[in-house]
Amino acid sequence: MNGEQNFPKAVEIVTVSLAAVVVGGVWFGAHATSRPPLLLPTLMLIVGAVLLIVGVLMIARVAGFSWDTWVRVGRWALLAYVIAAGMIEFAFVRNHTRGAPLAVVTGMLVVFALDVPFLIATTVARYEESPAGG
Amino acid sequence: MNVQETIEAPPAEARPKIQIVPLAGLPVAAVLIGFVVYAIATNKFWPLMFCHVAGGALWTSIDLFVGLAVGPIIGSMSPPARAEFTAKFMPKMVIIMPTVVTMTLATGLQIAFHLGTLSPNSTARNWLIASMIVVGIMAVIALGVLEPANITVLWEMNKANPNPEIIGRMMKRFVYTAGITGVMQVATLVIMTRVATI
Repeated sequence: MNGEQNFPKAVEIVTVSLAAVVVGGVWFGAHATSRPPLLLPTLMLIVGAVLLIVGVLMIARVAGFSWDTWVRVGRWALLAYVIAAGMIEFAFVRNHTRGAPLAVVTGMLVVFALDVPFLIATTVARYEESPAGG
Repeated sequence: MNVQETIEAPPAEARPKIQIVPLAGLPVAAVLIGFVVYAIATNKFWPLMFCHVAGGALWTSIDLFVGLAVGPIIGSMSPPARAEFTAKFMPKMVIIMPTVVTMTLATGLQIAFHLGTLSPNSTARNWLIASMIVVGIMAVIALGVLEPANITVLWEMNKANPNPEIIGRMMKRFVYTAGITGVMQVATLVIMTRVATI
């Protein structure tokens, strides 16, 4: 099992990634009926995506991490949150959000739909006994 | 409340396997999500309002009830009673909460488009932005801490030899974060009743 102290702060990092895309999403939603200023949402999207990648790289370096459990938990969570993100995307598309704003909101929803399964799967898998005994 | 107290699970052979995602609930969730798609696609006001009000009422009520009533009760239960309650209660939350949250948020956005309440000259705009901020904070707490703790407890309880320390720690997280989101839902009630009476 990976001890609490030894495990990298991947969950905390990806929670910040989730917070970043939520901030971008709130900003975007607040300006949704006009052409939204894209600087802040784009910045939040980049921050969210980079922190998610950092989180994945951090757990990739954990010896004996239970990837089997991570995949088993993560795939169902991914399905659930792809549906949730898809509903919100659908509302934007239905209301004629197009071009760069649609690209940014899609990017934020993709990061959101990956962040949540990562957080659930990593929290479960970090406490799993690995075959290697890590 | 003593949520740090550990849960002593009975031997694996004595415990039925916990179904983390209750399969019987999936068709109900699928029907509700299908109704949300219909509401958004047709942009009809009653289906949109039904999904938003019904989903929002359930979301708010469940958060308040779990955070402020059920959470402290769980914390004061004996370890075996807490284990049994958790095994039966938490899988329900795995299906119910994402469904009602998706219903509420997706149709809420569509209603705002439909009514133009997010346009700069709308008197409701500032209240709706405040609502989005509250929902955003709750989302980070619920999705970043509460939901992973919920799944981890169930996963751990399904093991042949569950680790009571992990279950105790995750239950503590669940109870406290449920309390925080419960209190924050009071803000949602204030905001939404203000929006409805402007």
